Formats: sequence, structure tokens, C-alpha cells
Amino acid sequence: MLSLHREGRSPVHAVPAGVKLLVLFAAGTALFFVRSVAVLGGALAGVALCYALARVPWRVVARQVLTVVPFAVALSAVQWLVTGWEAAVLVGLRMLVLVMLANLVTLTTRTSAMVAAIEAVLRPLAPLGVRPERVGLLVAMTIRFIPVIKEQADQVRAAQRARGVERSTAFLAPLLVKTLRLADGLGEALDARGVDGAAARPGKTPRSGKDRPL
Amino acid sequence: MMIRRSDGRSGRTGGSGLRTKDMAQIALFAAIMVVLGFFPLIELPLVPAPFTSQTLGVILAGAILGARRGGLAILLFVVLVVIGLPVLPGGRGGLGVIMGPTGGFVLAYPVGAFVTGLLTERLWRRYNHATALFCNFVGGALVLYAIGIPWMAVAAHLSLAKAFTGSVVFLPGDVVKVVIGSLAAVTVRRAYPMIAPGRRTVRDGRA
Amino acid sequence: MIEIEGVGHRYGEHRVLRDVDLRLTEDRVGVIGSNGSGKSTFARLLNGLLIPTEGRVGVDGLDTRRRGKEVRRRVGFVFQDPDIQIVMPTVAEDLAFGLKGRGLGREEIRARVTEVLEEYGLSEFRDHPAHLLSGGQKQLLAIAAVLVTGPRYVVFDEPTTLLDLRNKRRIGKLVRELDQKVVVVSHDLDLLAEFDRVIVFDRGRVAADGPAEESIAAYVAMHPPL
Repeated sequence: MLSLHREGRSPVHAVPAGVKLLVLFAAGTALFFVRSVAVLGGALAGVALCYALARVPWRVVARQVLTVVPFAVALSAVQWLVTGWEAAVLVGLRMLVLVMLANLVTLTTRTSAMVAAIEAVLRPLAPLGVRPERVGLLVAMTIRFIPVIKEQADQVRAAQRARGVERSTAFLAPLLVKTLRLADGLGEALDARGVDGAAARPGKTPRSGKDRPL
Repeated sequence: MMIRRSDGRSGRTGGSGLRTKDMAQIALFAAIMVVLGFFPLIELPLVPAPFTSQTLGVILAGAILGARRGGLAILLFVVLVVIGLPVLPGGRGGLGVIMGPTGGFVLAYPVGAFVTGLLTERLWRRYNHATALFCNFVGGALVLYAIGIPWMAVAAHLSLAKAFTGSVVFLPGDVVKVVIGSLAAVTVRRAYPMIAPGRRTVRDGRA
Repeated sequence: MIEIEGVGHRYGEHRVLRDVDLRLTEDRVGVIGSNGSGKSTFARLLNGLLIPTEGRVGVDGLDTRRRGKEVRRRVGFVFQDPDIQIVMPTVAEDLAFGLKGRGLGREEIRARVTEVLEEYGLSEFRDHPAHLLSGGQKQLLAIAAVLVTGPRYVVFDEPTTLLDLRNKRRIGKLVRELDQKVVVVSHDLDLLAEFDRVIVFDRGRVAADGPAEESIAAYVAMHPPL
């Protein structure tokens, strides 16, 4: 999942975020067309080598593999029933490679670097009305919200348990209201920190110079 | 202390018209989509929920934020998928998944949220469990199937009938999610309404 | 100087502030009042987070209604709950966030962040995920993130309410020693005890205004023990 970045000084960490995202994007597209088990096996070996280079601890790798494998197996099983075992192996292997690669990128790339790379990629789209800084900010906030939602979910669950409600489908609404309040708070905090929408607008920088507070 | 929300506040902008608060809400629901893919909030017996529990996020985004913000939230999520970030169940992501058999469903997510939101806004004054079920079923199930099934037929070289029967297996699970999403949406509307009624919707939309 | 002229504020039908006329020139201004007295609304008027429905608020002559953005650069705001204020996933990234879009180079931003990390004893948490910090550290980060941008004034909305005693004292000391002019909304009477001026709000009006000792005594007198 996102936001699992681990600090490190390996060569993999040092690769610019833009390059890593490009490799990820290319692999996510190209491997789809690969029909050779050997090539996919080679790709998996390559990804494994990068993990070793990045010195990702075994514990972390094991946990990731354990999350992917049930999905890969389930997907392969469906494929096996529909088309046969060769396709099943391809599909399972492809998923394993891509998921491990994506996890490696998030493990070794800072959010701010990732956001900067996304902004750079989107810059050519600015004339079409896309605002790269906005998208970047949205991505950063999304990553920031993930642990917050988990925390809030735990809190709501604990509060309901404390009141004797063990399993409730009414769990979702209080969680949503709580996180919506947080989102409104964050919006207000963004205003307070001087990130009102207009600030992120290219070519419309604030009347600087004349009246600079610093 | 809670500050009530009001009209006389800052952060409104021209241009694309997204206020900072809108942006935070959009990011929140994109994040909810990611979380739903990994920690299904409700586990359902016999239904492979992890594969599809994100449709609950689609429904919630549209039903709570409305067409524009809800659609943008899920579009943001799809952007993360396309980049290749591991945000789909099992840590999948990438354009390859989109081009694959189930990719049509992922592409349909923002449309589904938009349609759910549009219907919700239209029926906002009469919003109750019945209308919520209607909005959420159309946007959170019908729209997804309408785009996802033909896509699957093309991508997996299946006949439309086969793709249809293959997808309909998920219908019971999707109906459960429509129900859960509707219950939550009606409660949230009472506790913390995000869609302004009537005329204000239009103004808010452009504010 | 912050000038509040004939200010009233209502949310729909609900009036939360009325007839507020104040000029804040002191270095340390405290604001107290019971829940619902309008003090948090008042705090948000000072940097244009809220625009008053009546009257005007000016900061160094800039009207918050028209020059909101400049006002917010001048007036930093620290919220009660640091969790909502932290935008980026790690400590250093969050500090750098406020400096983006201010025409600073990457190296300048990095240097400024390092400086602030050291100043607030957060250096060891540089690349730490912000959501794993303790409550006191989070509030410290939230304050540092505001100060890194170099505001002239800082408004605090109940900065110590969620903290334990040790962190209350730590943050209290920091607030008292800031170079900036500060306005602190708080229930924490100890924190405001040595302030130059304390304003008491009651049901949306200024009920007392003067040196800390007098105002706090008046506030306590307004709320006799049950």
C-alpha cells in the first residue's frame, strides 16, 4: 500500500523519483503484452535483485509477499478454469512482478519526490487546464489521509465497543462524519498555511515583491 | 470547539473553482478508496469482497460529496492506479490492469461516482433510504456493469453473454454494498450534509 | 497592529459575535471565554480564515476581506488539533510544504527546514512519519511549520488543550518566548497568566478586557463554583 516509505541510502533510493515512476508505468503497461514465462521469471529476478540492493528487511518483504500471493493464486485459479494452466502461470507471475515492483517504488521513494515527479509529468498538460501543483497536493493529501482513516476507524470501533456494541454496520457513518470533519479542518489549515487554490495557479503568482511579508 | 460551516469564509477561488476544503474532501475519498481495497470494512461471507469492496467507495463518494467532487475523488484514485501505484486490492496497479479484463470496471468508477452524485443532487430534497438505494444502485452497480462488461468481453475475447454471466456472480455482493452505502449516506446526510439543497448546488458548483 | 472594527458574525440565523471593537497592539494577547462564547470564531477572523458578516478586520492596514492571502502570510495560525494541520507524510516534508510557492530555491528551503528542525529539537525526527509522533511533538511540528514561513503574528487556538502537563508547559514556554506578536485563545489560565492583555468573551461580546490578572479574576468571578 502507499505511504510505506523507508529511509535509506541505497542506489535504488538514489534513483530519481521520476525515473522510478516511469519504469513502473512502463512495466505496468509492457508486461501486459508479455506471453513468455521466461521473460516474466527474469523480470521477477530483476525485481528481487533490486530489493536486495535496496536492503529491504526480510520481514517487510515477507509481509508483502504474503499479501500478494493469495490474490495471485486466486487470479491464477480463475484463469486456469477459463483458459488453462499456462495462462494461469503467466497471470499469477505477472501480478507478482508488478505488485512487488510497485511496492519497491513506494518503499524507496519519498512522497514529496513522488509528488514533484507527478507534477513534472503533468506540466505539459497545463494548457488543457490541468494544474500540476493541485494534482500534486491532492496526491500528497491522499497519502496523508490513509493512516488517518485507519486511526479513526480504530477509534470509532473502540468507542462503540466501550458502549457495548461489538459488531455494527452503523460503524461506517460515524467514521465518515469524523473523517469529513478532519477534512474540513485540513482545508481550513491549508488556507491558514497560505495554500488557497489561487496560490497553486501557474502564471498567476501573488503580487509579490511589492508587499512581501518576510 | 467546533466551528460551524458558513458561506462567509475564505478559500474560494476562481478558475477551476475548487476550494481548499473541496480538495481535502476529494483527497479524503480517494484515500477511502485505497483503504477499502486493503481493509474491507465489512467482510461478507461467500463473496470475494476484496476484489470488489472498492465499489462501496465509489458509492460513498458520489452519495456524500455529489457529482463533481465525488467524481473527481474517484478520478484521482484512478490516476494513482494508472501511475502504477499499488492501490487496487492485492496491491495491484498500472495501465496493464486497466487494459485487462477487469479494467473497464476501474475506468467506470469515476463515472459511477459522478452518476450517483448527479442523481443524489437531483433527489436531495426527497433523499431517504428508498431514493438512496435507487441512486446508488444505478451509479454504483448499473453504470459499472454497463461499462465493465463490454470491456471485459473485448479485453478477454469473450462473448458478451459470457462476460455478463461472469460478472453477475458479483451482483449479490454489489447489492449488499449498495445497501450499506445507502444506510451510511442517509445517516451522513442528517449528521453532516455535504450537498447543499436546490439552487445552492449550482452556485456551490461554480463558487 | 490588528484592528477589529464593529465586527459581528453569524452562521445563518445563529449569531456568535456582536459589536466587537478592539485594537491589538500588545505582544501577548490572551482570549478566554466559555464554550460557545465566540472566541474560536474570533481567532479565525484575525487571519481571514473567516470573513466577518459585519464590520471589518485589518492587519497592518490590510483588510482581511480583500487582501486575505497577504494577511494569512502575515498571520500564522496554530490549530488545537495538530493532526488536521499536518499536510505532508513526514516531518521535514511538512515543514517544506509551507515554503513551496514562495519563490525560494530548493537549497534555500532545505536550509531553512534544517534550521527550524534544530531550533525546535525535531532534528532526529526529520524523516519520521508525522502521524507517529507523540501529541506534544505533533503540536511542536505544527508550530514549527507555521513559524518556518516567518509570519509577524501567530494566532493560537487552544494550543495546549490536548496536551499532558509536561507538554503544556513546554508549549507554554515556547509561546511566551516567541519573537512574534501572539494572540492565544485558551482555557489554560496558567498559560495566559503573564500576558500583557487578556480579553474575556461571553455570549459573543467582550465582557472584560485588561491586564491578565484583572481579566482572569473577572472571568473566574463570572463562573462561581456550582
